[in-house]
Amino acid sequence: MSTGILVLAEHLKGTLADITFEMLGVGRQLAGTLGGSMHAVLIGRDVAGLAGRLGAADGVVVVDDPALEQPSGEVVIALLQQLMEQKQASLVLLGGTNAAFGLGSRLAARTNLPFINFCKGARAADGAILLTSQMFGGKILADVRLAAGRGIVSIYPGSFPADAGRSDRVPPVENRAAPTVAAAAVFKRFLEPDTSDVDITKQNVLVAVGRGIQTQDNVQLAEELAQILGGAVCASRPVIDQGWLPLSRQVGKSGMTVKPRVYLAFGISGAPEHWDGMQASECIIAINTDPKAPIFDGSHYGVVGDAVELLPLITEKVQARKG
Amino acid sequence: MNPVQISVLGIPGVGILWALTLAAFGVFGWRSWQLIGLLRRGRYENRFDQIGRRTWHAVKNVLLQPRIFNEHSIGWSHFLTFWGFMVYATCFNWALLRGLFPMLPIPYPDEVKVAVLFLEVFSVLVLVSLAAALARRLFYPPPHLHLSFDANFILALIALLMLTMLFGSAFRLVAEGSRWTAWTPFGGLLAGAFTGLSPERAHGLAIAMWWLHMIVVLGFFVYLPYSKHLHLLASPFNVFFSAGATRPLGDLAIPGAKDDVATGASKWEELTWKQLLSGFSCAECGRCDRACPATTSGYPLEPQQIIQKIKQHLIATGLGKAPAAGGNGNGAPKLIGGVITEDEVWACTTCLACMNCCAVWNEQVPLIVTLRRHLVSQGAVGRTVQDMLASLNRYGNSFSKSDRMRAKWVQSAGLKIKDARKEPVEYLWFVGDYASFDPRCEDATRKTARIFAQAGLDFGLLYEAERNAGNDVRRIGEEGLFEMLRDRNQQAFAKAQFKAIVTTDPHTLNTLKHEYPWNGNRVPVRHYTEVIDELLQAGRLPLKKRLNGRVTYHDPCYLGRYNGVYEPPRRVLRALGLDVVEMPRTRDRSYCCGAGGGRIWMEDKEKIQERPAENRIREAVALGDVPTFVVACPKDIAMFRDAAKTTGQDGKIAVKDIAELVAEAMEG
Amino acid sequence: MNLFVLLKMVPDTVEELNVATDNRSLDSEYLRFKLNDPDEHALEQALLLKEKHGGKVTVVALEAPEVDDSLFTALAKGADRAVKIPVDQAGLGSVATARLFAAFLGAPGQITPDTLILPGSQAIDDLEGEVSAYLAEALHLPYVGVVSSVVAAGGHLVVLKEFSGGMRGEYEVPLPAVLGIQSAEKPPRYVPVAKVRAAMKSAKIETADLPPPETGAAVVVDRMYKPEPTGRAQMLEGPPEDVAERIAGLLKERGIL
Repeated sequence: MSTGILVLAEHLKGTLADITFEMLGVGRQLAGTLGGSMHAVLIGRDVAGLAGRLGAADGVVVVDDPALEQPSGEVVIALLQQLMEQKQASLVLLGGTNAAFGLGSRLAARTNLPFINFCKGARAADGAILLTSQMFGGKILADVRLAAGRGIVSIYPGSFPADAGRSDRVPPVENRAAPTVAAAAVFKRFLEPDTSDVDITKQNVLVAVGRGIQTQDNVQLAEELAQILGGAVCASRPVIDQGWLPLSRQVGKSGMTVKPRVYLAFGISGAPEHWDGMQASECIIAINTDPKAPIFDGSHYGVVGDAVELLPLITEKVQARKG
Repeated sequence: MNPVQISVLGIPGVGILWALTLAAFGVFGWRSWQLIGLLRRGRYENRFDQIGRRTWHAVKNVLLQPRIFNEHSIGWSHFLTFWGFMVYATCFNWALLRGLFPMLPIPYPDEVKVAVLFLEVFSVLVLVSLAAALARRLFYPPPHLHLSFDANFILALIALLMLTMLFGSAFRLVAEGSRWTAWTPFGGLLAGAFTGLSPERAHGLAIAMWWLHMIVVLGFFVYLPYSKHLHLLASPFNVFFSAGATRPLGDLAIPGAKDDVATGASKWEELTWKQLLSGFSCAECGRCDRACPATTSGYPLEPQQIIQKIKQHLIATGLGKAPAAGGNGNGAPKLIGGVITEDEVWACTTCLACMNCCAVWNEQVPLIVTLRRHLVSQGAVGRTVQDMLASLNRYGNSFSKSDRMRAKWVQSAGLKIKDARKEPVEYLWFVGDYASFDPRCEDATRKTARIFAQAGLDFGLLYEAERNAGNDVRRIGEEGLFEMLRDRNQQAFAKAQFKAIVTTDPHTLNTLKHEYPWNGNRVPVRHYTEVIDELLQAGRLPLKKRLNGRVTYHDPCYLGRYNGVYEPPRRVLRALGLDVVEMPRTRDRSYCCGAGGGRIWMEDKEKIQERPAENRIREAVALGDVPTFVVACPKDIAMFRDAAKTTGQDGKIAVKDIAELVAEAMEG
Repeated sequence: MNLFVLLKMVPDTVEELNVATDNRSLDSEYLRFKLNDPDEHALEQALLLKEKHGGKVTVVALEAPEVDDSLFTALAKGADRAVKIPVDQAGLGSVATARLFAAFLGAPGQITPDTLILPGSQAIDDLEGEVSAYLAEALHLPYVGVVSSVVAAGGHLVVLKEFSGGMRGEYEVPLPAVLGIQSAEKPPRYVPVAKVRAAMKSAKIETADLPPPETGAAVVVDRMYKPEPTGRAQMLEGPPEDVAERIAGLLKERGIL
């Protein structure tokens, strides 16, 4: 029995987000076992040019409209519903991101299909899809079965390899008009964070600070290390919320996604929302007083110690090496 | 000589005296009545108990003024000026009575040789004291001494009184044709300069001096209730009614309160009459500011200012001359936020240094806590404090760890400690948050456990049933949370059987001892250093080696100033063989580490030059060749180890807990 | 404004979470519950809106351990009414929960033209998805999630939704509406214990009479289990000086120095 799969592509400012490729990769693998085709859905403004990168899909449905800088939930859901019928797709993959937030639940409500959130693992077997989702910030995993491979799934970013979804193949493109559905909540514009500050996504080294640095004064210690390493300081949400650093330095689900060569995490526990934003860093060195901090599960190196104590020491040692 | 037998512009002297007296007393009485009226508008609290103890306390502190002597440069000056004033006041009243009632068959004081002698001797003593006071004020004023017009004016007035007395005496001698007598030693000397005066002139001048003297005093009477010298009237009452006379200072309960005092005071009328009296009693000497660690470190708090601002606000708004500066609807500035800033209120560590040296026994700390209670009731607390309070509420500890983790340290130390919830013990060891959860303190806690075990002490823990004792929660102003923690702990106590409590943390000691109503089941509450001291003295702690070297001991605020435990820790150190070198600020003058009053949970908004703990470490290092700084409080371990690092002194001085040293001596 | 805040209790992750012997639910022995963090922000946002624009705030919750505490705390903070739906939250997923709230709110007279419903945006146990989204669907109301700012202006709302990279999207939302609050404009206020205790004595929690939904969880969990600790970090041990030296070494190896 074949199941059509739909993947809602995510993009921001003219670039496709990695999650899109993660989903294509997993969709490809599922489609392979279940039979059926996989279509990518690309909706937005000036997005037609991105379609060529979605070759992992059997086809791309493009809805490109100047009015759709940020398509409303109503429009996207209506489009997906239409496509589910037309392509006979009963499995829809969405990104577990802020942009796609709420779409899965609402689509599930309208189509009377189950919606599975926080999905980190998926495989097909005997015509069903077995999903593994995380709960409670990753402390518990739950296995869920989608009978007949029917359902809406939100893929947790960073769970699957993005490369599996990349392809040089040029997919067939189908252009469509946006469904004429009124948006209940009307998008007006984007508010950018203050870009006059450093762009942390372009740094090779990031010195990240979390609650464990205790006071605003200690941010200075991080600045000193960042300076001597030629990098920049960034932070987890609690530090930003306190106002110790500007929004542009926030790393995480609602902040920036960064991929530096080295990510030094001082006093950061490693909550999923933060982990989202830096997990792809090449080398993660975490310093935390709590030996059970989740960040140690994923970092490359770990130190159980006091961030405030180690920051100046590391600066000193680095200085010594630089001569 | 009868000075009132004169007539000015046809009005007899007696009449003038009456008129002046009535006017002066009238103004004085009216103003005093106004001020008392203000006090009566404050909230009630019961300070009328234990009259005997209060009287004794007042007699001692008002007449002997021991606290005035805590600053050597002014001790004797003030004492002599005070007693001189007492003698003069007596003689003034005597002279006034005689002057107003000429028919009284009593002589004037200056007709009584002994009286004159007293007056003369004191006038010189007072003049010398005034000179010393003036010199101190002008040439080397200690910080926070108010160099106000008011103060200098009073010094001048008193000096004038003394001089009129002396000159009066001199002129009288000349008028009588006498010379120097033993009964008039100084007047006689002065008389020598006026031998050229005719007896009539001298007589006239003597009378003039008398009138000048009386008028100055009457003027002083009028001026007194409008100046800082109101403290002359108010402070004896303040001392009489002080908490220090009858209760331990570590108890913040307001006895006999009729209103809901848990929400603190948002306006001056919500302070108690005793708190309002503090303002009138404050002599603006600045001792509290000089002792205060917050003031010294540069925080916005100055205890003297808290008292003074309340006084000024109370008088301004209470007597209807409210300035229109910002605040609420009726034009008066808000008590907190306007008159006193929130930052001032939060900067206090509740270390008690101010109250320890206040010469009029004011209660700055409870006053600040009252203001904090209002802020808490409004939810106006900083983010970090909020998180702490939420953690204490939910988990009973300030570390946001599950209450089940409280006794994990026992496991990781590989110890077997009795569970006081399940079997009776002699000593219930109430460990406290920091000693249980903070990794910096874990070592000392473990060692304490081993020391107790080796001494064969019968002790146990409440394990997970223990909650934060609430001392600092109360001092932050969260009365409701304090009561809740106290209730939970008391429930746990009720289910356990023990004969005494031993605590690691002096804060815990303070609140368990003074703020928990034991309902007739009061048990002794001791600090672990007291217990170790006893064990050593009883020979129950075998020491395998003698530790040598010089150490200095830091008296924790809540162990020393609050609870008077100074000797046991020192005895322990000496028993170990150590040479205890005292820092200049020792015992009750110990300098707070800065963690108390919830400050360890607060963030500094301002850039502080030097934190209290850093200041203290420098003091220790300045002793020279003292490599060990000994503490007896888990928060001190954390604060001073950090301070040693941030001041770069951690190579020169190591911070050790007493338990660590005892363990070292026991290890051999 | 007629404000509704929906509260949900979630397992407190300060404790170790363990799986029960049935392998499908959490072990309840040491399980404790606390108010879902975004819900606290939702309450704060509601109170801020009420302070600015007047109106009333009603908090609604299902039956759950320690929920009374949260309801009384909400009243102490300034909410006007607290309503408990006497159906046990345990075992209901987001879908059934939303259905219950929808039944309560959908009753005649509840939703007025100036009604704003503020659930927290999401919760850590939202396996089935967001209650806020399902609720909006059930009530056919406009919806925005991950909201970090709500301003009322001229009959409608100006709402900011968080995207990634620190960007926020501005939306115009008509009333009545459902907004999933991620964070309030100000951090949730503190309410002293004394006030909560006073609320417990003086205020009452109303009960909404609603039948339990026909179905419980929409998503059936095959198995619940704790993750294997995968690739744990290589821990660097030793005194701080040595550790700092090693880290400097690592940085050199990586070409940073």
